Amino acid sequence: MLKQNLTIALAGNPNSGKTSMFNALTGARQHVGNYPGVTVEKKWGQARLDHRQINVVDLPGTYSLTAYSLEEVVARNFIIKEKPDVVVDVVDASNLERNLYLAVQFMELGVPVVIALNMVDVAEKKGLHIDEEKLSRLLGVPVVPTVARQGRGMKELLSAAADLVSHGNGWKPLQISYGQDVDQALLKLVNNFNGQSLIWHPLSPRWVGLKLLENDAEIIRQVEQDPGLAGNLSPLRRELAERINKTLGDDPAGVIADYRYGFLSSIYRQAVEETRAQRLELSDKIDKVLTNRLLGPLFLLAVLYGIYEFVFWASETPVAWLEVFFGWLGGAVHASIPEGPLQSLIVSGVIDGVGGVLGFVPLIMFMFFAIAIMEDSGYMARVAYLLDRVLRSFGLHGNSVVPLIVGGGISGGCAVPAVMATRTLKDPKARLATMLTIPFMNCGAKLPVYALLIAAFFAARQAEALFALTLISWSLALLAARVLRWTVLKGETSPFVMELPPYRLPTLRGLFIHTWERTWQYVKKAGTVILAVSVLMWALMSMPGLPEEQAAQWEARVAAAAGEEARQELQYQQAQAELAHSFAGRLGSALSVVTAPLGFDWRTNVALVGGFAAKEVVVATLGTAYSLGEVDPEEASGLSGRLAREPGWNPLMAFGLMIFVMVYAPCFVTVAVIKKESGSWGWALFSMLYTTGLAYLLALLINQGGKLLGLG
Amino acid sequence: MSSFGSLRHLKPGESGTIKKVIATGELGRRIRDMGLVTGATLLMMGRAPLKDPVEIKLKGYNLALRNNEADHILVEQAEL
Repeated sequence: MLKQNLTIALAGNPNSGKTSMFNALTGARQHVGNYPGVTVEKKWGQARLDHRQINVVDLPGTYSLTAYSLEEVVARNFIIKEKPDVVVDVVDASNLERNLYLAVQFMELGVPVVIALNMVDVAEKKGLHIDEEKLSRLLGVPVVPTVARQGRGMKELLSAAADLVSHGNGWKPLQISYGQDVDQALLKLVNNFNGQSLIWHPLSPRWVGLKLLENDAEIIRQVEQDPGLAGNLSPLRRELAERINKTLGDDPAGVIADYRYGFLSSIYRQAVEETRAQRLELSDKIDKVLTNRLLGPLFLLAVLYGIYEFVFWASETPVAWLEVFFGWLGGAVHASIPEGPLQSLIVSGVIDGVGGVLGFVPLIMFMFFAIAIMEDSGYMARVAYLLDRVLRSFGLHGNSVVPLIVGGGISGGCAVPAVMATRTLKDPKARLATMLTIPFMNCGAKLPVYALLIAAFFAARQAEALFALTLISWSLALLAARVLRWTVLKGETSPFVMELPPYRLPTLRGLFIHTWERTWQYVKKAGTVILAVSVLMWALMSMPGLPEEQAAQWEARVAAAAGEEARQELQYQQAQAELAHSFAGRLGSALSVVTAPLGFDWRTNVALVGGFAAKEVVVATLGTAYSLGEVDPEEASGLSGRLAREPGWNPLMAFGLMIFVMVYAPCFVTVAVIKKESGSWGWALFSMLYTTGLAYLLALLINQGGKLLGLG
Repeated sequence: MSSFGSLRHLKPGESGTIKKVIATGELGRRIRDMGLVTGATLLMMGRAPLKDPVEIKLKGYNLALRNNEADHILVEQAEL
């Protein structure tokens, strides 16, 4: 009987080509979300086989099905609770033995499995001849050769999955021997299961017993909640584990793993013919150079510099276009709506606010594109390998590099996707430390602030100044991580056991999908939160308006001005008076008691408060505060000229301000994402307070210290 | 003559067979998930610029691990 609405779960090791497989199966029909209650990304989509629609759920990439990592628990629970009709396990044919370790665990669980023998072309090139029929017979599950990157074998794979559902026998756990001692212990555990174990359907008693012996925290917890089981099983489990440990000199988990590999190794020897001895692949030869003691770090620096150059070069034209477009849009709206609060709201609030953020989309997009190339080619794993030793000294992990770079480590990232990218870190404390230091990186939104101040005060040394800011942000992030790991995030570092996948030429399709996913997160931020906050900031800065009689006085003075120049000067003073009178102006004045030692006046304070909404707002607000002309963040040359002439502004204060902007509270959206990813408002709040405290200290040190040295 | 010691002491280009993995809990599981089990043969590929982590090749793929994790893996060095 043909079952309608088939659901297949796509599983596999990281680097097995699972993502390519998911893309090839579902095409553009994809959705992204989270598994309920956890921050593990869930992707699902639809595939078509003849006229049937097949739901495909992409499980997290894992090496195993233990309870040690969130991804593995999520994958396992999805299968146990949602009971997909079939699991398609994507295995890398060129790395078959280790990849089958996951497959064997699905088979032990009992769920119907189809093996997608992926990258068979690569395996052939490596001199591995795999007899698929024999492999299928020995494992007892269908095996379909595929090359997901080229879309080969997709139809056959779906047919095999559909066939297995129509003609297979449903859940049927694989029983292999784990040696006499473990087998006997399992038997004893299973005999102590009673009728109540039926609520564990579809799990077999033997599987539950196996997990108990493996000391699986999740299953132990469930057994202990089951009153019919807990009393008998827990002492017995400990006793049996103890005995195995004594007789075999290894814990049951280790013994069981060894037997699983033994089982696989015998199948591997029968089904795979190695037509030539293992040799150094092209990838290894590339590694000899790229991870070389001298050339490796040099190449890494060159790559980072190259990305920096590429991103700015490639995004220059589209950023200019967007600038023209938003300028035109603002002008058109300005012309078509009569002067008044509504015009001001739409032009100054909505178009300038959101336009300021959307204007950076090309820059962000090319940055993510470059990062996608690094990830998809396999180079990112080498970056983690090269830098792990350094990062570990600061309590971070080799894998912290990726989020820090996405967050703006090279210049021009975004902390929002960066905080999300910390999911790849398995160690919760290293992950939190990374999450809390990402905001020090120079994200795309801080760049216009730097550009403005550098142009105004350090014009002769623009490139050096920007480079120095990059170095400062890394130093601060690393030092802050070290301090956090010594204080609030004390603890052992978790193991670094990481696969270095072979170098591969990325596919355009994969690059586009990865770039798009992250860019879209940024655009969504602009479309929602920034829109709301821009409107709020506009309201704070334009309300309440000046009392009527004062406003009339200004109007009269402007009208009576002699000559264009005088009129502009008066308009500028009027705008300032209006801003000083507004809520934001009053807040800025109130704060100036605190910020006076830093050299920040009330107008800078208004801009910094606005910057909490989004750092882009800093430049726009300064523009308003100092001229209330429509100042575009990208087109701030007029503003930098004004600031350079403004009393109270000098290179020392500007430097302090740049450091303050670099370090102080991450933007509102980032704080929200930190809350989501860390699962606690406490850490989100902490991320705002400690950064702002540090920013204040640094700016104070720069300003007062500089004055002492006679630099002010 | 074969020698017996921790994986840390293999030199680049040397190969060996795993005799025992002395690690339990999460580390034990992570090591075994990656195919580092008794009887597996491996080849030392090299070290990162700061001598740590190390890169090895086994079962046809490349793996990086830190020196103090390599200490949990006892290998018998293959005769040259």
